[in-house]
Amino acid sequence: MAKITLNVDGATHKIDADPDMPLLYALRDDLGLRNPRFGCGLAQCGACTVIVDGEAVRSCVTPVDSVQKSKITTLAGLGGGKAHKIQEAYIAEQVPQCGYCINGWIMTAAAFLEKNPKPTEAQMKEALTGLKCRCGTHMAIMRAMMRAVQA
Amino acid sequence: MNHQINRRHLLAGAGALTVSILAPGEKARAYVATAGVASRPPLKPTRLASYISINADGGATAWFGKPDMGQGTDVGVAQMVAEELDLPSERVTVVFGDTAVTLNQGGASGSFGVQAGGKAMANAAAEARLILVEMASKKLGVPVEDLTVENGVVIAKSDATKRVSYGELIGGRWFDHEVEWNGQIGNFLDIKNMRAKRKDPKDYKVYGTSPPRRDVPEIVLGSSDYVVDVKLPGMLHGRTILPPVAGAVPTKVDKNSIKGIPGVQVVQEGAFLGVVAPREWDAIKAARQLKVTWSKVKEPFVEHKDIYKHIRNAPVIKTGGDKANTDKAAMDEAFKGAARIIEATYEFPFQSHACMGPGCAVVDYKPNGMSRLWTGSQKPHYAADGVAAVLGVAPEKMQGVWVRGPGSYGRGDAGDAANAAAILSKAVGKPVRYQAQRHEAHGWDPKGPASIHMMRAGIDKDGKVIAWEYKSKGFDQRNVESNESKPQDNLFSQLTGVKPKPSLYFGLPEESYKFPAKSLSFEVIAPMLESGSPLRSSHLRDPVGSNNHFAVESFVDEVAFGLGMDPIDFRLQYIGNERDRELVKILAEKSGWQKHTGPRKQRRGDIAIGQGVSFVIRGPTRVAMFIEVEVNTKTGKVWAKRVVVAHDCGVVINPELLKMTIEGNVCMGLSRALMEEVTFDKNNVTSVDWETYPILDMTQKPESVEVVLVNRQNIPPSGAGEGSMRPITAAVANAIYDATGVRVRQAPFTPDRVKTGMV
Repeated sequence: MAKITLNVDGATHKIDADPDMPLLYALRDDLGLRNPRFGCGLAQCGACTVIVDGEAVRSCVTPVDSVQKSKITTLAGLGGGKAHKIQEAYIAEQVPQCGYCINGWIMTAAAFLEKNPKPTEAQMKEALTGLKCRCGTHMAIMRAMMRAVQA
Repeated sequence: MNHQINRRHLLAGAGALTVSILAPGEKARAYVATAGVASRPPLKPTRLASYISINADGGATAWFGKPDMGQGTDVGVAQMVAEELDLPSERVTVVFGDTAVTLNQGGASGSFGVQAGGKAMANAAAEARLILVEMASKKLGVPVEDLTVENGVVIAKSDATKRVSYGELIGGRWFDHEVEWNGQIGNFLDIKNMRAKRKDPKDYKVYGTSPPRRDVPEIVLGSSDYVVDVKLPGMLHGRTILPPVAGAVPTKVDKNSIKGIPGVQVVQEGAFLGVVAPREWDAIKAARQLKVTWSKVKEPFVEHKDIYKHIRNAPVIKTGGDKANTDKAAMDEAFKGAARIIEATYEFPFQSHACMGPGCAVVDYKPNGMSRLWTGSQKPHYAADGVAAVLGVAPEKMQGVWVRGPGSYGRGDAGDAANAAAILSKAVGKPVRYQAQRHEAHGWDPKGPASIHMMRAGIDKDGKVIAWEYKSKGFDQRNVESNESKPQDNLFSQLTGVKPKPSLYFGLPEESYKFPAKSLSFEVIAPMLESGSPLRSSHLRDPVGSNNHFAVESFVDEVAFGLGMDPIDFRLQYIGNERDRELVKILAEKSGWQKHTGPRKQRRGDIAIGQGVSFVIRGPTRVAMFIEVEVNTKTGKVWAKRVVVAHDCGVVINPELLKMTIEGNVCMGLSRALMEEVTFDKNNVTSVDWETYPILDMTQKPESVEVVLVNRQNIPPSGAGEGSMRPITAAVANAIYDATGVRVRQAPFTPDRVKTGMV
C-alpha cells in the first residue's frame, strides 16, 4: 500500500492503495465514482474510459500510481456541472439502451472532438473503433455524434 | 429523429450528480411511501391495488412486474395505462423491478413486455377507470352513461360544470377492489372476467405518440444506478475461480499462495471455488494468485472444427414436431411423387450473450431477517427465488431488487452472478458483491445452442412445391432454464453438486408458407458435459430463432432460384395469408426491390454488391427484411450497407422507441450473422474476450437502417424485442449469394468462409 494523490474532476483526493492497482478501482471503490465501469479489464471495450490530461484512457489497465500528477476527468465532471454538448446530443437522440457502455463512447468522443471539432463521419467512426455496444445502438450513436458536431 | 432536450430532465439529472441519492433499489420503496398510504392491501394478483394506484395529484402509478432492459418497455406500459385511464402518459409513473412491490410478471422475456405484461396492466387500468367513473357517478349524481373522462377528470357530458378528478376521488389511497386473475404467475399473469371494456381502437389518443425514455438523461449524465454500484456496509467483494479444463474439480487449494492479501477468505463447496476480500482489487488479485490443483478429467469437448460432425453423429435424446405436420406416410408419398427434390443443410454455431459487463449481483444473507438480492437479471422475481433456495430462506424472507445491469439478451450470466453471490454471502455471513471476470463472462455464460438444419423440398412437374420438410438437430434450447429460480439451473450451484434438469427441447420455425405436404421437426442431442459446462445452452435473444430462420429463409431463396423464380414472387405465392403478403409487398416497394431469378453478381471494382430478403413470424409479430451487402472479393469481408425492415406488430404504441429497438436488433443481428461464433478446444471455451469473440464495430455499422412500421390499429400490440432478430442471418446470406453466387450455409459469414466459397 502507498499514499496516492489523485486529481479528479477538479478535486484532489488522497487514498491508500496498491500502486499497481488500476485507476478504475480507485475511482469506483475509493472515490465512489460510478461512471467508469468494469467491462473487460483488458482495454478492449472502453466502458472504463476517463480523460487523463486530455487523452481518453482505459482506466482498467492504467496503474493508479502513474496518474498522480495528471488531471483526470470522469463523465460526472465532463460538462463542468452542466451537460456537455455530447451528452445533450445523446439525450436528444435517446442513444443508450442498457447504457453500461455509454461512458466509454461519450468520454472517447469528448476527447476526440476537443482536438477535432469538425471531423468527417469517417473520422468519427475511426475514432470510435475499439468501443463496444452490445445493445446495438450504433445508428443512434452516430446520429448523436453528427448532432454534437453541428451544435 | 426529433426529440427535444427536456431541460427539466437535464436539470433533475444534473442535480442528482451533486446531491446524495437513495441507495440503489430504494427508489421503488420510497415511492410506496410517497403514495401517501401506510398500508397497501397485500400484494396479491386478486387485488386491483397490486397493479394500479391513483396518486395524490390524480396521476396514476402502474406497478409493473417486469423490468425494462433499455428498450423503453416501461414507457410503452405507461402509454397503455394512460390510454385506458384517459390520462396523458407523462402522468403515469411506472414502478418496476422490486419483488416487494410488484407481482411476478415473469420478467423481460419472450418479447412479452407489451404483448402480455402491458396487456395485464392495461386491463387493470380499464377496470380502474370503470371504478373511478362509478365513484364519480355516485358523487356527482350523474349516471355512468353520461360521464366521460378527460385528462383524469370525470365530466358529465350533459353539464360540463359537473366534474371530479381522479385525485379527488381516490388520490393517495389504494383501490380496495378485488379482481379475478387467470392463475398464471409469470409472463402471462393477467386479470380476467373484467367488468370494464377496453378502449375502442378508434378512440386511441396516446398510442402512436413517442414520449421519450425516462431514464436516458440520468444514464447519459451519469447519475443512474447500476447493479455494479450497489454498496452495503460491511460488504465484501467476491470472485470465482473456474477450472482450466471444464469438469475438473479442485483437489488442492493452497491458501498460503494468497496469505499476504488483507482480509481474504477462500470459499469452497464441492467444485465451487471463490474468494472474498474487503477491497475489490484484493479479491481480483486473490482469484488470480490462488494456487489450485485440479483433478484430471477426460477431455469434455470435441474440437471446435468437429462440432457439426459431432451433432450429426450424436444420439437423439428427444424429438418434437409441429402439431399441424403432415403425417410421415403422406410426406413420404409426396416426396415420392415429386419430379424433383431440392435439399440443403445449414449450420449455426454456439453464440455468447457477451454482455458489456460481466454478471454482477449483491446478496445480503440475513438468517434471521429479510435477505436481499440486488440484480440486473431480466427476471428478478425468479432470480430472487433462486437465491432464496441457495440461502435456505423462505420466499417471504427474500427480496429481490432489480437495478440496471449491462443489458440482457436472454438468459445471460446475471442469474449465475446472483447464484455466486448467494453462495459466498451464505458462506461468510456478510453481504457480498460478486462480479464475474471478463473471461468468465464470455467463456462461461450460458450459450445460444449450436445446431444443424436439414431442409428438403419436393417439386412437381409443373414447378410447384408440393412437399416441404424442415428438420433440425442440435443442443438443447434450455440445458439450463431461462428463469434462474432453481439452483439446478445456475452454474455455481451445479458446481456445488446440484444436478441439472435440461428442458430437452429445441423449437420450430414460425412462418406462414402453405404447401400441400409440410413437416417441421427437431431432434435434441445431449450436452457434451452434463453439469457445470461453459457450453450449457439457454436462451439468447430470440431463442433458436436465428438458427431456424437462417435455414428456412435461405432455403426459400434456394428453392425460388431452383425454380427460376424471384425470391419475393416465390414468397408471395406460398405465404398463406393476406396480412403477411401485404408486408412482403410493402418491403419490396420500400426497398426498391429489383426482381431477379438468380445471382446477379453486380460489381464495382473488387466490391461485389447484392441484395437479399427474408420474411419471418414471431408469435403475432411479422417482419420482412431487405439487406444490401458489399462483399470485398479480395478479402471476403462482408458489409451490410443498407437495411430495410417492414415491421408489423399490431397497433404501434411508441413508433420512435420501436424503431430504436429494431435498430438495436439489426446491429446485434448483423454482428451475430457476420462475426459471432463461440470457439473451444477439447478442454474449454477459447473465445474468452472481445479479441477472441469480436462484435460489430462502429466502422461496420450499416450506412442506413430504414424501418417501415405497419400500424394495425385494430390488432393488439405484440412483441418487438426479438422479431427483427430472426430474419437477419438469412437476409445477409441471400444478399451474399446475389453478390457473389456463393451460397453460405454455415454461420457466421466470416471473411474466410466467404472467400473460400468464392475460390
